[in-house]
Amino acid sequence: MAQVLVVTSGKGGVGKTTSTAALGAALAHDGTKVVVIDFDVGLRNLDLVMGAERRVVFDLINVINGVAKLPQALIRDRRLESLHLLPASQTRDKDALTEDGVAKVIDELREKFDWIICDSPAGIERGATLAMRYADAAIIVTNPEVSSVRDSDRIIGLLDSKTVKAERGERIDKHLLITRYSSSRAARGEMLSIDDVLEILSTPLLGIIPESQEVLRASNVGSPVTLSNPLSAPACAYFDAARRLKGEQISMSVPSENRGIFNRLFARKAA
Amino acid sequence: MSLFNFFRGRSAPIARERLQILLAHERNAGSHSDLLGVLREEILAVIGRHVSIDPDRVQIKMDRGKSVSTLAVDIEIPNRDHVSGGAPRYSSLTFEPGRDLVRMRGSGI
Repeated sequence: MAQVLVVTSGKGGVGKTTSTAALGAALAHDGTKVVVIDFDVGLRNLDLVMGAERRVVFDLINVINGVAKLPQALIRDRRLESLHLLPASQTRDKDALTEDGVAKVIDELREKFDWIICDSPAGIERGATLAMRYADAAIIVTNPEVSSVRDSDRIIGLLDSKTVKAERGERIDKHLLITRYSSSRAARGEMLSIDDVLEILSTPLLGIIPESQEVLRASNVGSPVTLSNPLSAPACAYFDAARRLKGEQISMSVPSENRGIFNRLFARKAA
Repeated sequence: MSLFNFFRGRSAPIARERLQILLAHERNAGSHSDLLGVLREEILAVIGRHVSIDPDRVQIKMDRGKSVSTLAVDIEIPNRDHVSGGAPRYSSLTFEPGRDLVRMRGSGI
């Protein structure tokens, strides 16, 4: 039974696309069939973060309009053959994204994949509401910072009211993914702690991704961090989060930045 | 680190408190985000059935307090006896949901 996930946040720049790519690759690592969909029509970036920007021929809007068949638009990842990308359109009008069109595409993807991960654009406009519309579960990406937490709260409200599941009176599973976390700054009282964010948003925690230079390095080279440096602290945190999504019970650790640097040195020596 | 810097560095508790207060308000407002707009339309419709009013001369505002929020509705009603000159005569409705009380005052009605 396919699971449809939306990766959302309200605020921009908190790590939705990075997290979609990293979790998609982590879930697909064992051969599980995963597709990641970019819903940011006009400002697509998931293709770039995944290193597939030069392979885009058809996109989500083409499929919705009937210009292309779904298999023609899907891009298979070169590193993981069970990982696929459905890119957003870069030029076309946002209104081309229709509720019925998205429903049809997701239904078709449900037949072929185990996980369908919808990368939401920032904001609460059409692209964002359609990305969450058919989701079974949501990952809310939050930075430990006031504006991000406020916007996450707003998005949680929308998830509980505007999704198909919510309208049917069912509960949509919500998971909080805290990114760019610095345990040392939180310990010094300079940054909201994990407990602060959890208490304010009262949503179960999926994972804690530490602030790390590995994340920028991964996007520079066009590879999900879970593939570019699987031993780094953020990659380990994403792998743990992916295993939790699959239902495994893994104790939550707060990864530290130091471990990331150590692992990077270790990984280079090993390579 | 000096004592001053030590306390200055701990800004997270301030962030936490500000968020808690803000979100408590926003979550309340979220369920009826256009409450004022809806009230304005409905109040105008009711009053408009009995007296003629100018929609531009209606002020609706809400003050959110800790235990009581007040909704103040000021509707200016033209007085037929005073076509020109004289002080404008108002009728004003005050509705305070926390106390379940409706007061009316004014001379135009």
